[in-house]
Amino acid sequence: MAQVSLNNIRKVYPNGVEAVTPSSFHIQDGEFVVLVGPSGCGKSTLLRMIAGLEDITDGTLKIGEREVNDTDPAHRDIAMVFQNYALYPHMTVRKNIAYGLKNRKTPADEIARKVAEASALLNLDEYLDRKPSQLSGGQRQRVAMGRAIVRDPALFLFDEPLSNLDAKLRNQMRIEIKALQRRLGVTSIYVTHDQVEAMTMADRIIVMNAGKIEQIGTPEEVYHRPASTFVASFMGAPPMNLLSAQARDGSVHYGDTVVTGCNGTEGQVTLGIRPEDILPDDNGPLAIHVDIIEELGAHRLLHGSIGDDRLTMHVGKDTPVSTGPVSVSVKPGAASLFHHQTGQRL
Amino acid sequence: MKRAGFTTTWLPILLLLPQLSIIAIFFYWPAAHALHSSFYLQDPFGFGSTFVGLDNYSDLLGNTEYRRIAWFTVIFTVLVTFLSLSLALLLAVKADKVIRGARSYRTLLMWVYAVAPPVAGFIGLIMFNQSWGPLTRLIESFGHEFLLGVNYNDTAFAMVLVSVWKQVPVNFIFFLSGLQSIPKSVREAALIDNPSASGRFWDVIFPLLAPTGFFLLIINITYALFDTFGVVDTLVKGEPGNNPMTLVYKVYVDGFRGNDLGGSSAQSVVLMVLVLALTVFQFRLVERRIHYT
Amino acid sequence: MSDTTPAALAPAATAGTRKRRRIRASDIFDHAVLIAGSALMLIPLLMVFQMATVPDVEVIKTGPTFTIGDQLDDNFNKAMFQASGFSGENTGSRMLLNSFILGIGFAVGKIVIGMMAAYAIVYFRLRFATLAFWVIFTTLLLPLEVRILPSYEVVQKLGMLNTYQGLIIPLIASATATFFFRQYFRSIPEELVEAARIDGAGPVKFFIDILVPLSRTMIAAMFIIMFVYGWNQYLWPTMITTEEDMFTLVRGIKQITQVMEGNRIPEYGRANLLAIIAIIPPVFVVIFFQSWFVKGLMESDK
Repeated sequence: MAQVSLNNIRKVYPNGVEAVTPSSFHIQDGEFVVLVGPSGCGKSTLLRMIAGLEDITDGTLKIGEREVNDTDPAHRDIAMVFQNYALYPHMTVRKNIAYGLKNRKTPADEIARKVAEASALLNLDEYLDRKPSQLSGGQRQRVAMGRAIVRDPALFLFDEPLSNLDAKLRNQMRIEIKALQRRLGVTSIYVTHDQVEAMTMADRIIVMNAGKIEQIGTPEEVYHRPASTFVASFMGAPPMNLLSAQARDGSVHYGDTVVTGCNGTEGQVTLGIRPEDILPDDNGPLAIHVDIIEELGAHRLLHGSIGDDRLTMHVGKDTPVSTGPVSVSVKPGAASLFHHQTGQRL
Repeated sequence: MKRAGFTTTWLPILLLLPQLSIIAIFFYWPAAHALHSSFYLQDPFGFGSTFVGLDNYSDLLGNTEYRRIAWFTVIFTVLVTFLSLSLALLLAVKADKVIRGARSYRTLLMWVYAVAPPVAGFIGLIMFNQSWGPLTRLIESFGHEFLLGVNYNDTAFAMVLVSVWKQVPVNFIFFLSGLQSIPKSVREAALIDNPSASGRFWDVIFPLLAPTGFFLLIINITYALFDTFGVVDTLVKGEPGNNPMTLVYKVYVDGFRGNDLGGSSAQSVVLMVLVLALTVFQFRLVERRIHYT
Repeated sequence: MSDTTPAALAPAATAGTRKRRRIRASDIFDHAVLIAGSALMLIPLLMVFQMATVPDVEVIKTGPTFTIGDQLDDNFNKAMFQASGFSGENTGSRMLLNSFILGIGFAVGKIVIGMMAAYAIVYFRLRFATLAFWVIFTTLLLPLEVRILPSYEVVQKLGMLNTYQGLIIPLIASATATFFFRQYFRSIPEELVEAARIDGAGPVKFFIDILVPLSRTMIAAMFIIMFVYGWNQYLWPTMITTEEDMFTLVRGIKQITQVMEGNRIPEYGRANLLAIIAIIPPVFVVIFFQSWFVKGLMESDK
């Protein structure tokens, strides 16, 4: 178990592309951190630099108290779970799990004990003598986990480990991985492009875009106080509604309507409101023209337009809805304001 | 190179060393040597050599016998390639269609792949034996006296026949596997769109086989040019005389038996250029192959 | 199909009767073409075999017939243990041994050297990897036949005439196996080497523990292709081996034909049987390891 700190870590490929701009953060002992962002945002590169599979161009990386920039992956005291699991196809499950220990010259009886522990923990006992090709996707996933945990590493790295599973299994494995991490208390870094995984699993989320860290915060902070319009639209499904509005005299106006208060900002701003913060209100100041209703069982999504903007709102299953004009109000204090050009939170 | 390759430097050098030294000694050195000696006239008794520039080449092109052999090689190559490709395609299409016995047919039609060309030539000698060869007799019944090794055309016929016999299996295997890799859904779509079986073959199956066919074309030309050496050598019983022969056989006869090293080297260089041209042609076809995949 | 349940049998039976009713002329034609093709492939060999079972005198009189004679043992003894040449060392068994040495030596040498080179090119960050690649792959362009004489001279200069290494090593000087393994290694997911590195496997360990076992099928496929290729070599052995105890069966075929041309009664039985012995091992390998063979052929000839 260890802390991890990155100090101005940067990656430039030989062809001159800067995949990761200088990035710094610090991960506490036992913390579960999720790196999330769209594909190509540099999150995997960052993870691979932490693993030692990719050279670090600039900056320093510490795992525990040790600077590991030039340390071999095998000596960084880490374990990694890959997207396609990377199980050795010609080895049995038992050998797959034991291979890393064997290479560390662990005594045979200790290997046997650790494999038994891991397999009990992951319900793999009856599959130990099978080859990976004889396992289902979920079972392979567990073997990959087993291979990681037998090593008692200081740090777990996960590279989109659930993206090859179907939706149902994904939800289940999400909970299993989270529970396992809680139980073992091992510092973990988890890369995903799925914002639901990020929200549900993370102690802290790091949102990345175009090689740059957009925001670091708890799931709650990231969701409710997004640092930029990018985070606002990337996190949450459906995304935050972004409207163009005017700030003057201490309040924000959308058209002629005052939506919320503000301090010290004047001129054009981007107004962000979560779909569930728009409330149906017969006396509400805004009128939305609803044209599509998405029925989701537990709740409904209403899609409509207001002026020239499109808008989505989220209502409970007991709220009566219909297409056509609906009057709404905005939940007090729930709106976010962003700079209309840079997209940064104001 | 893999993204996360190992960074050790001494190990890959050690790993490459055997391969690199073997090809340096047994490939680049001889190839350079051939090029070099093609510009020299070797003394037949081994007492040095004189630089003669392009003389060996101009001698070669001016030589009627060489031109005749080159012309024979072209006809031989065209015949062997065309016949073995079309026969193999016919057999592969049928083998792909039948359900019963498909595996046995496949085995029966491909084992000849493993027969060495000179052994195939030997079998040819038996078949065309002057006094009792079954094929000699068969041709006799049509009123022609078949004289292997004596009559130029008869010998050429035997060479083509044996070479085709030996080459059909390779083409068959490739065509069959090409046919089997055509998706079932495409065949079913064709079945709905086109009621005629031969129409479906020429409109859908044949174009999809074209990449395999182009590739095999090169393989077959190379085979007819080089690998038939054993067939030719056995069928002429090691006595070229006035018999037909291919360019490669001529290189061997002149260089190894006639001791005309310069001339033989010039011939080697001509063949190298030929092969390089074929390879360039092949690379251009490979690009076309990709379109289908 | 006797132990199928009635439920499973019913649809199968109807399908069967439907098929039986619909035997069409085209089906018969298809089978006729295939049978004719198979026969053309097989009959010459059967004739050669038949002639190896009857006395040579009979062959001279009638050529191939439909009777199987009783001379097989005799001819086999002559073929395997009697020499025809001057030195008396090119018995069939000796040539068979040489053929195996050439076939196996060539296949093993080619695979070992090719795998090593391909591993170096694919899995290492090497500055001159591209250069090495081109130096090696240029060899694919020129077959041994076009540089046969200078190659002979090189072998002569190195004093390797009439040796197994002189026979085998120059044949290895082409990159087919290297190219084949390079393609295969590139198709192996990269995460595997990454996982192995995290598991503490260095380059040597990764090669032995993971890459080689993973390539087993590919190695088998390559071995079959290369064994047949090596076994069937003719031109090179003809030039390099002049001493009869170094002859391979395929190299010796010329001697066999000359036996037939001799002044005495041509030894057809012996010659035919030697030809069959030269055919059997490679044909056996191709037929019994058919799926590997086809796989190897498809992958290696690209």
